[in-house]
Amino acid sequence: MIPELGHFALILALVLAIVQSVLPLVGASKGISSWVALAKPIARIQLFFMLVAFAALTHAFIVHDFSVLYVASNSNTQLPLMFRISAVWGAHEGSLLFWALTLSLWTGAVTVFSKSIPKDMLARVVSVLGMVSVGFLLFMLLTSNPFDRLAMAPAEGRDLNPLLQDFGLAIHPPMLYMGYVGFSVAFAFAIAAMLGGKLDAAWARWSRPWTAVAWIFLTLGISLGSWWAYYELGWGGWWFWDPVENASFLPWLVGTALMHSLAVTEKRGTFKAWTVLLAIFAFSLSLLGTFLVRSGVLTSVHAFATDPGRGVFILIFLVIVIGGSLLLYAWRAPSIRSSVSFNLFSRETALLFNNVILVVVAASVLLGTLYPLLLDALGVGKISVGPPYFNSVFVPLTIPLAMLIGVGAMMRWKQDKPERLLKALGPSLVISVVAGLLLPLIADEYHFGAAIGLMLSIWITLSTLQGLRLRLVNKGYSLESLATVPRSFYGMSIAHIGVAVFIVGITLTTIYSEEKDVRMEPGENFVMKGYNFEFKGAESEQGPNYVAQTGHLTVSKDGQHIASLNPEKRIYLVQKMPMTEAAIDAGFTRDLFVALGEPRGEGGAWSVRLYVKPFIRWIWLGTIIMGIGGLLAATDRRYRLAKKLKSSGKSEVSA
Amino acid sequence: MNRALIPLLAFIVLVVFLAIGLTKDPRKLPSPFIGKAAPTFNLPLLHQPDKTFSPEYMQGKAWILNVWASWCVSCRAEHQVLNDLVQNNKVNLIGLNYKDEVVDARRWLSQLGDPYQLSISDIEGLTGIDWGVYGVPETFVIDKKGIVRLKHTGPVTRKDIKEKIIPLLKQLEKES
Repeated sequence: MIPELGHFALILALVLAIVQSVLPLVGASKGISSWVALAKPIARIQLFFMLVAFAALTHAFIVHDFSVLYVASNSNTQLPLMFRISAVWGAHEGSLLFWALTLSLWTGAVTVFSKSIPKDMLARVVSVLGMVSVGFLLFMLLTSNPFDRLAMAPAEGRDLNPLLQDFGLAIHPPMLYMGYVGFSVAFAFAIAAMLGGKLDAAWARWSRPWTAVAWIFLTLGISLGSWWAYYELGWGGWWFWDPVENASFLPWLVGTALMHSLAVTEKRGTFKAWTVLLAIFAFSLSLLGTFLVRSGVLTSVHAFATDPGRGVFILIFLVIVIGGSLLLYAWRAPSIRSSVSFNLFSRETALLFNNVILVVVAASVLLGTLYPLLLDALGVGKISVGPPYFNSVFVPLTIPLAMLIGVGAMMRWKQDKPERLLKALGPSLVISVVAGLLLPLIADEYHFGAAIGLMLSIWITLSTLQGLRLRLVNKGYSLESLATVPRSFYGMSIAHIGVAVFIVGITLTTIYSEEKDVRMEPGENFVMKGYNFEFKGAESEQGPNYVAQTGHLTVSKDGQHIASLNPEKRIYLVQKMPMTEAAIDAGFTRDLFVALGEPRGEGGAWSVRLYVKPFIRWIWLGTIIMGIGGLLAATDRRYRLAKKLKSSGKSEVSA
Repeated sequence: MNRALIPLLAFIVLVVFLAIGLTKDPRKLPSPFIGKAAPTFNLPLLHQPDKTFSPEYMQGKAWILNVWASWCVSCRAEHQVLNDLVQNNKVNLIGLNYKDEVVDARRWLSQLGDPYQLSISDIEGLTGIDWGVYGVPETFVIDKKGIVRLKHTGPVTRKDIKEKIIPLLKQLEKES
């Protein structure tokens, strides 16, 4: 009964989404105020039915309703409650439901935080979001209904893919989806502004906090995925340039460009057409990612539900959404005029540079991801693209970007003087170069790559701090001056320092990690980078839905006990799938990582893989700092102020 | 021409490619080599680089060539399947390590188990191009006369082994 209720709620949500995508839009263009006023209530009722559908599916998982095909395929009576809940979005049908629910949540949020937005604009935004929702709900109901029933309910379910039975992966998709779908808001604002014919700075101001929040979710979501890959796949890597990883990275790159270009559009009223295009691209790449993952056009370990029939549907959907948006853009963009001019040496130019690099990086990653597909379609499918391509394209492109981060943030709008910057940043430049060159001397081995990475990080940090200091100097260096600097400026500075931390992490981990595969007998010791790993032996253990071999190791340094590590090798009973559970002693400056290989011969010997990974935590620490910076920027006072002022010319805030 | 049309046109080109991509199954690529003699090569062994291997050595035997790399995530998923394959069946499985570092490849085998009778390394990836390798992992079945009889793109699953590879090998064993 409850699954039927869920199914029915989905159908109602679809009907409401259709109404939502038509009436407010028509009302706004024809001036029918009662239809415009429908936007808020319809979006909220639609959200309510999505929540009902989601709750129904969750209920089916919790009570083990194996008469529902999706539950029977992805759950099991032995599966712990936490993973029964995360299994709701663990496979194709459920993750689509989650996608659609997230879209409704964002739409609902827009209707709540929209006091400063004119009613017509809001109506159009809600309608555009409604159209996207129609597409996803149709897709679900026609090709991937999570509530499909089985005529004969099996006594036991097939269990959730063991790879997904993990805390990190339970929360990784929701974060990622919040980010993906969050870009739909900026997209809807851009489309609504083009439909309304008013592409002024106002739409950029409304979009900025939404874009920032979506970006935070996406940043943390990708980061969680990388962290999961690190400890779960058991081989110490943290990024693989897998098509599905790229699918999440592409919207991030364009979304980052969008945040910066929105700043120019809002503050200076220029880059208007470009910003609209980026808003379309960011969301289009989210949709494209969904297409690539779901349609099976690319082979990937992540692509857990591939089906060409579904692919056709998504492709048509892509054509309508992206093609329609770009058509609208081609029609409207020529009438957009940026009246403001700027000098070559100005913040605008720096941000333009930032945008160009980010978009070029995104295009290269997209090309690498689609390359096998393109060549195949041309009939010359002979090339595989792996990390070698991505690394050799990505690293050289991002170095100039990193060099400009702090400088760009410090430059003045419209026009700046090179002498001013040189005077302000000269000492920082010298310190960065010298410190960057000297610091790797501390390590056991000097690497020039490490020097470059450290130089960049120190440079970003110092130039960012200098930018902040100059702001304070201008205001007279008092405690009150700290409060007069806008929160968004602090947010930006913190996010940029997050980038510096991130660069330290990737550089030092990549260069100085050490790993060894050793055969260890119980009682045997192995020393690596000063850490003594002692293998105590391995024994069998029984988990809820798996059996495990657990190894016991102790790590010491200079006779001091550091950690006890218990890596596992599990066999999940239902799907007969072996899994490696690495044991990690996490630290601020290094991780000790141990994974169990295979038993080797008599006497309880095992092959064991040992890693010492310096500064790897800094990678994720950096992304968390970026997220905090984004949060500060998104909650800046002027966005809240704008809400109170109601929309009017007065809400134009100068900064 | 209107510059604002460029994104739309670029998107249309992309859609055409995606549509063509949809009609193809990336896991089942027709190989121009099926039914033809396996391209020859002479490559160093992974574990003894001073020795080399060439497909001619396998004349008179039906064998499997599995192309893999340590940087390839799907290969990891496949590896256990291959381990089981050689444990439960008598097959000649040769590994071709593709565009990889020798150290990484050796470590992979000592860590995850080595199902291969022999491993050869193709560091430059040139042999892979001769064989039409499209993305790793890929698996070829070659008959006693050195003719390629099957190509499988993407990880081999237990089902593929049971339904495709083992029956084919049995059939090839009977051929002279």
